[in-house]
Amino acid sequence: MIKILTKIDGINNVLENNNLLEIEFEKNNIIKIFNELRDNTELNFNQLLDITAVDYPSREFRFDLIYILQSLTKNKKIILKTFIKENENIESITNIQKSADWYERECYDLFGIEFINHPDLRRIMTDYNFEGYPLRKDFPLTGHTEVRYDDLEKKVIYEPVKLTQEFRNFDSESPWEGMENKLFGDEKSTGEN
Amino acid sequence: MKEVELNTTTINFGPQHPAAHGVLRLVVELEGEVVQRAEPHIGLLHRGTEKLIEYKTYLQAVPYFDRLDYVSPMCQEHAFALATENLLGINVPERAKYIRVIFAEITRILNHLLNIPAYAADIGAVTPFLWCFEEREKLLEFHEAVSGARFHAAYFRPGGVHQDMPEGMEEKLFDHFKTLPKFIDDLESLLTNNRILRQRSVDIGIISKSEAIEWGCSGPVLRSAGIAWDLRRSQPYDAYDQVDFEVPVGKKGDCFDRYLVRIEEMRQSISIINQCLNKIKPGPISIEDNKITPPKRNQMKKSMEALIHHFKLFTEGYRVPAGQVYSAVEAPKGEFGVFLVSDGSSKPYRCKIRAPGFAHLQTLDHLSRGHLMADIAAILGSLDIVFGEIDR
Repeated sequence: MIKILTKIDGINNVLENNNLLEIEFEKNNIIKIFNELRDNTELNFNQLLDITAVDYPSREFRFDLIYILQSLTKNKKIILKTFIKENENIESITNIQKSADWYERECYDLFGIEFINHPDLRRIMTDYNFEGYPLRKDFPLTGHTEVRYDDLEKKVIYEPVKLTQEFRNFDSESPWEGMENKLFGDEKSTGEN
Repeated sequence: MKEVELNTTTINFGPQHPAAHGVLRLVVELEGEVVQRAEPHIGLLHRGTEKLIEYKTYLQAVPYFDRLDYVSPMCQEHAFALATENLLGINVPERAKYIRVIFAEITRILNHLLNIPAYAADIGAVTPFLWCFEEREKLLEFHEAVSGARFHAAYFRPGGVHQDMPEGMEEKLFDHFKTLPKFIDDLESLLTNNRILRQRSVDIGIISKSEAIEWGCSGPVLRSAGIAWDLRRSQPYDAYDQVDFEVPVGKKGDCFDRYLVRIEEMRQSISIINQCLNKIKPGPISIEDNKITPPKRNQMKKSMEALIHHFKLFTEGYRVPAGQVYSAVEAPKGEFGVFLVSDGSSKPYRCKIRAPGFAHLQTLDHLSRGHLMADIAAILGSLDIVFGEIDR
């Protein structure tokens, strides 16, 4: 299976990791690759399980876009990964895998990645009129707005978040582990000097 | 050119409706009483679980999984535990594997014991609801006995399970599962040949084999379409390769088949639990590495080392080697997966949760077209929708 995968155009870096294949591909070839993965009888990845992204704000190609496919006939799962920049968009695969519809909407909603030729690219998880992309690393955990019922206006209103206590994110990571096991001043004892 | 006059009515269904199984808002376009289009609006229960997990250690992330699909909590912890163990490269002891399988199956029965009567209640039968809740309560006592909580158990932890089953638990389980098949028979006598249930569910919401695959369906929905696909069988995890069970499949893929598949799955679960109870042996219930699992409390009273480990584990947590992994389990509703990315620190860099209900709800529009408005309630019930996991 790995051999067939490496032959497909635009696929680089095929890895196998206990029953799970991981590959990277170029985003321009996405339509061709997904058609090939589904239609090639040797591969037959007929079920799309999920689409998601991982945000790395410091990188030029900010997002890892991840597709997880499964083949029910070959009993294999595969993770496809591509890299895209912040304001880049990518071709939608709704014509190849029907279930991509909501997955792409979710990805658009939470990360702000646009999918071209998606039939109905709207927000799905967040509130009506929500602004921002919550799963990006630069979006605060507490969000920007909060809601409450206003007795005077007799309706639910939106307000900027007010925290009675400052948001605390403890860094409990130990400074000790990961350090070289070395006693300062001890280098003399080994006779280096 | 002929002019066509569209005479459709649009109604809003939910988000507060007993048949919506939570907070589903549906915008339904009707022609007369026939559904032309049903558009789910979801996200009303979106709590940002994935974002929250990024700020918590691996151990602190476990309880969030109970709160996703709140009727089958332990199966979801299972997926997270497997993903973390995979990244850590550890193998849990034999006894922990069996305990996990036993409780994953109890959870499956719990889930089906809620879904089946809720579905029946949606289409007119109230009695099963009362019956099943009594039976669920008895099973929840087992949850409580091992974890201390009826629902939010946090029992399956990376590295094993939280604590061993109390003494005499195995006999109690064994006795209980002697009586449960009789209850399922009684439940079936109320429902399976019930004329109203059949009229309301046979040939309603048919999904074909190819559609079920294309739409990403899994679990009972996929099996009802006639595909014998079960992750417990095809990609066994923990002790599932040690037990023998059958995978029930449907023929038509309608609501009635989905109901039948669930009934049969409960019987198979009982058989799995009984096999596990016969095979389980005494032994450790979590890996004996205090860098990952906390030391016993009595050790902590005596050993400084154990105390330090305990303190470090519950403040910093353990560091997980960098990497990514996708682990899935056969949850009662279908394939529940966790895609975990670690950057080498003690908190997950990204944790994507693949909820089966999300894919199933997506098919609702397709399944309900051409049916009557009242059938939407039946289809929703048979898809086993729980918003905790869909909205996350």
